[in-house]
Amino acid sequence: MADRPGPLDGVTVLDLTEHIAGPYCTKLFADFGADVIKVEPPGGDPSRSVGPWHQGVSGPERSGTFFYFNTNKRSLVIDIDRADSRPVMERLIERADLVIESQPAGRLDSLGFGWEQISSRRDDLPMVSITPFGHDSPYRDYRVSDLVLYGFAGEMYSIGVQDREPVKMYGTASLVECGAAAATAAMGALTSAELQGVAQHVDFAMADAQFNGVDRRHAATIGWEYAGRKSLRAPGPAAGMLSGVYPCADGYVEFSGAAIRIPRLDEMLGSPEWLQDEQWWRPGAGMNPELVEEFNARFLPWALERTKREIWAAAREAKVLCGPLFSVDELFEDTHFSDRGFWAAVDHEAVGQVQIPGRPFMMPASPWSIRRPPPRLGEHTDEVLTECSFATSEIESLRATGVLGE
Amino acid sequence: MSSKPDAALPLSGIRIIDLTVVWAGTFGATLLADLGAEVIKVENVHVWQPMTRGGQARPSAAMVKAGAGWAVGYPNAEPGPRPWNYSPTFVQQFRNKHSMTVDLVSDEGREIFANLVSKSDALVENNASGTLEKLDIGPDFLRRAREDLVMLRMPAYGSDGPYRFARALGVHLESVMGHTLLRGYPDLDPSYITSIFSGDYVAGAHAAFAIMSALRHRRRTGEGQLIELAQAECAGGMLAQAFMDYSLNGVVQERIGNRSVNGHAPYNLYPAKSDGDGTDGGDRWISISVMDDDQWLGLRAAMGDPEWARDPELRREAGRLERHDELDARIGEWTSTQDDYELMHLLQSHGVPAAPVLDSSRIYDDAHVQHRGLNETHDLYDDVGSFRYNTPFMRFSETPLCIRKPPVALGEDNDYVYREVLGYSEAEVEGFRERGHIGMDYDPEIP
Repeated sequence: MADRPGPLDGVTVLDLTEHIAGPYCTKLFADFGADVIKVEPPGGDPSRSVGPWHQGVSGPERSGTFFYFNTNKRSLVIDIDRADSRPVMERLIERADLVIESQPAGRLDSLGFGWEQISSRRDDLPMVSITPFGHDSPYRDYRVSDLVLYGFAGEMYSIGVQDREPVKMYGTASLVECGAAAATAAMGALTSAELQGVAQHVDFAMADAQFNGVDRRHAATIGWEYAGRKSLRAPGPAAGMLSGVYPCADGYVEFSGAAIRIPRLDEMLGSPEWLQDEQWWRPGAGMNPELVEEFNARFLPWALERTKREIWAAAREAKVLCGPLFSVDELFEDTHFSDRGFWAAVDHEAVGQVQIPGRPFMMPASPWSIRRPPPRLGEHTDEVLTECSFATSEIESLRATGVLGE
Repeated sequence: MSSKPDAALPLSGIRIIDLTVVWAGTFGATLLADLGAEVIKVENVHVWQPMTRGGQARPSAAMVKAGAGWAVGYPNAEPGPRPWNYSPTFVQQFRNKHSMTVDLVSDEGREIFANLVSKSDALVENNASGTLEKLDIGPDFLRRAREDLVMLRMPAYGSDGPYRFARALGVHLESVMGHTLLRGYPDLDPSYITSIFSGDYVAGAHAAFAIMSALRHRRRTGEGQLIELAQAECAGGMLAQAFMDYSLNGVVQERIGNRSVNGHAPYNLYPAKSDGDGTDGGDRWISISVMDDDQWLGLRAAMGDPEWARDPELRREAGRLERHDELDARIGEWTSTQDDYELMHLLQSHGVPAAPVLDSSRIYDDAHVQHRGLNETHDLYDDVGSFRYNTPFMRFSETPLCIRKPPVALGEDNDYVYREVLGYSEAEVEGFRERGHIGMDYDPEIP
């Protein structure tokens, strides 16, 4: 089973993406079997220049960010700004089944590799362009970070508490959301070409994917349209009839008040005498602030006497919505995930063996796999150009003139 | 409610059964529907799926009079005739879908369902683990009905291991994966961390990707398969830097609020001129991210190059990171008297990433949102008024994706599915209606 090819076996992706969102999209293609040819500028994808660094020492082959987002890809370094790089790019375009790029809007057009030029050369080659605002927005040339994007187009405004500033998600999470959505768009473009015989350009705007995605913004938007009602930050920590983040013996656990059922809470708490009073069981009890306060006052000592794992086990047994707040080290040590094979070991020349989060989903007949570690900068330049029928002498001269770089 | 023809859309000709609930699976099915698949929601008028067509089937007028827009902002602030058809929490995930009803608890219902499976290419579900098995419509049943079916199941933590039966929404599995402890105010207790649902987003997008990948595998080999997407595992990529830091260095990262995980500085939210505060949604914020030394020069220029910013120590990122608190105070002083959109245009004209933090009331007025056509006015099956709904966000050049069908009402396509897809006669359909399979209203005793 492990040797079976992935579902995208046989697909060659020409990858001109950088940083987080685009590389996450092409990583999915690579990890599920596609041959992803990553063209990097001299100096490399900017994500090679950010940490976390292996042992705190920077270097293009030592970035944890680049490592995770570029498994299974092959790297070429080409200075595409040079006019004499065109024959190389043309040969790569000829061999591709799909082009995915995240260059600033208009850049590839000015270099001769925009959608117009690509589609006039090949009418069977789909192309996906990932940009912050798309190719025709009034903000076309505006730049974003994960914070700027999520604050503007995502539902960041209502995260946090009212007397403080809104607060974002971890790291570059909003860009990963966009990368996953872009992979769906790219898969749609590939399917359109393969199934319908229609090669298309997808103008994928990350802002659109946030505005019209699913992380509450869709609901906040229509709530305003329907009822003129804003979605605000909370006045303070959540405290429903079991809702919010609660301290326990060794950390915190989260409960959700949505769809709460008293019989299940009763089971989780071991049917304490106080909870047998019928006031708790009446419909609407959870909407009475005094009852909620009393409930939480009785619940807290129960939580403080137990560990997060004990509380979650009781909640699971009683089918109560609950999650312990694990730290990253606790997650790495958790046997549920390690026994399921979630972590993947990747051997890398510069940093040794590294455990990374593995398959995002399991497809037994056409599985996810690590076939190559993330590439060294320009590791496959010669290999790929040879496959494209460039002679060794031609490759040498392209390198001498600076078309190929490091 | 006429459907526009979808001849050449990417997934035209593909039929997908949608047994999804809440957000993750539902979003995945929405993306497939946007791309042109015929997505059929299979629902049951006798069974209320919590948090799928609303918190409750029939919220009282009092319940919808107050509370967050995203939770209970129903049309015109009233429950209306059939609240389950326009719950603000869910209605945006119902576009381009069909809905049929069938009582899956009965043998006859399962027979009808098997008929549908035999005529479908894929099925996606994210019910609590064990739900399909309890209904006797698990993978064996499905394969018997259609051998090469692509099946996608989305359990929270996987179909094996100690957590397999854990109940979870996106917020819980993100706590388990470490996201909750990695975000929020670094100076406040974790109980101040409010819920997010990014896990639903990534799981839904991956679900659509997975179905299309498996359909490609089937086109090449004739083989269907059962895909398992454990939503917790799928969320891993969002926390990549934290996992890599631990993996490479044994470092457990801590919360840094709105600052940069890559050490870029300054990188934060700053107050802009406001008409109100957090209690009325009138507070305004501008995000600014200086990600390299050139952008720092851009920020300086935008601010009029004040004396303090010319300090040579601030010329390099390391120096700015060191004095991030001080920079935040200075920049906040400069932004607090200015309009947030004007700040965006000014800063962006100097190459600095910056934008207002938009609350939901300002989205429809934004120039980008209007230019890109991110919403469109439609009427729903029930007459609750004309409102603007989200459009598909993937912009395809040759077969533009659009709202072919506005958000679907419960059972709205029973006629089409029972007669045209399943081929039942008038008399058979009448019988199904009498025996409670076909309807557009949940049982009256469902609250």
